[in-house]
Amino acid sequence: MTPLPELTAENTAFWNGGADGKLMITFCSDCAAAIHPPQLVCPKCWCETIESKAVAGTGTVYSYTVNHQPWVPDMQVPFALAVVDVDDASGVRVTAEVVNADPETVTIGQRMRVTFRNLDDIWLPQWEPMI
Amino acid sequence: MTTKAAVTGVGMSQIGRRTERPAMAHLVEAAKRALHCAGLTKDDIDGIATYPGKADNSPGMSPLGTGEVRNALGLKTRWHSAIPDGPSQMAPIMVAAMAVATGQARHVLCFRALTESSSQTAAQRASIPGAGKARLGGWLSNLVPAGAMSASNWAGWMAMRYFHEFGMTREHLGMVAIGERAFAQLNPLAVMQTPLTMDDYLAARMISSPLGLFDCDVPIDGACVVIVSAADAARDCAREPLIIEAMGAALGSQETWDQRADLTTMGAHDASADMWLRTDMKPEDIDVLALYDGFSIFVPYWLEALGFCGHGEAKDFIAEGNIGPGGRFPVNTGGGQLSGGRLHGFGLLHEACTQLWGDGGGRQVANAKTAVCGMGGGFIAGSMLLRRD
Repeated sequence: MTPLPELTAENTAFWNGGADGKLMITFCSDCAAAIHPPQLVCPKCWCETIESKAVAGTGTVYSYTVNHQPWVPDMQVPFALAVVDVDDASGVRVTAEVVNADPETVTIGQRMRVTFRNLDDIWLPQWEPMI
Repeated sequence: MTTKAAVTGVGMSQIGRRTERPAMAHLVEAAKRALHCAGLTKDDIDGIATYPGKADNSPGMSPLGTGEVRNALGLKTRWHSAIPDGPSQMAPIMVAAMAVATGQARHVLCFRALTESSSQTAAQRASIPGAGKARLGGWLSNLVPAGAMSASNWAGWMAMRYFHEFGMTREHLGMVAIGERAFAQLNPLAVMQTPLTMDDYLAARMISSPLGLFDCDVPIDGACVVIVSAADAARDCAREPLIIEAMGAALGSQETWDQRADLTTMGAHDASADMWLRTDMKPEDIDVLALYDGFSIFVPYWLEALGFCGHGEAKDFIAEGNIGPGGRFPVNTGGGQLSGGRLHGFGLLHEACTQLWGDGGGRQVANAKTAVCGMGGGFIAGSMLLRRD
């Protein structure tokens, strides 16, 4: 069973954005800093007015790993986990499973687009290669 | 630096795998050895500290809290503290140093006890933080639901980026694992005693690329006790006090494993830089290195963090033979966690102290007077310099 994140005021937009096919990132409404994981306050300027905005849903692989070990009984292996620098959100990385690709073909610098997997009330981001 | 605190005794239980022995039995064995080492009795102990405290979030990871140990050992204390949220697994040593420096206690018993080997076998479960819970909060909630359940995944993508930037290969990490195994074969207390070759290392199954089985430390059952004493009280102990020359606990980035701008560095870099600000000693003054090796990749990170070589130079530093047996900067001379077992840093510190007291037997570093200990991986770190008085 995949443990799911608990929904909070600050992270609900991120985890529910996939219902509309959108990668929702939190930004400071004052200084425009991207904030991830989502927070109620901007860590740069302490502004408490934050907003969630849809970004393009694309990015570039900063790093990755291919997991071969079944950590829980129902885990299918191997699979790749990609740490992706998200376009339109400076400094933000979203780490997610890579789908629709041979895990051994993932590389640093590869371009990815987001898809989502719905479990209960959560839409988990997943990355798939753009080409 | 204040130098108001010293390590005066260390003790370790018989470390094993699937011992089916209660955690408290391991703890009592380690405590008796530590008191004997220090020349103290239980009535001298007036403080107790541990990391992280009793916890049930991962099987056997921390079965004992300060309360149970106080009860079992009949301790009357003037200071107690369990620190799940501090500068890595080193937090209780640091807090104990501050407790004795401020007069809250004279002799603090710091402990770490684990039964991960027996517990994981019994529950058929690996060490997965948050496993079994329906919902996760905090930084884990951004990693575990994605399938990044194990620290080996988090360390795996750090290593992959480091390999990409600096041309490190699996053979370099193999040298770390093989070097530690060679030390372990000289340490009767180490759990892994069979020789390890590069062929063995490379042939072992992949866990989370580029990290394979021998890049991961070994779950064990055991306990370790370190006694931290006020410097004046330490001089009455059986052994020469090992003065805590400096400590570093700085953190410069977010509490998570994927957002640090440069993942070829980690919390160790922040903590180490801060530690060196508090002493006139330099890396070239260090005789013995005790560096956190929950995964082999942390060793090159710590070497660079502490300034033993430059950023990106660790692969050559390792290949030149600096850190194994006979090297100028021997790392984890007891076998480390890769071959000695995962005591969450306490085993590494135990070995550093053993070396400074000259009790290293066949693996003794000649005339060892100074040691550095770095604990933690990823965003969390604590570092410490020890020297003979």
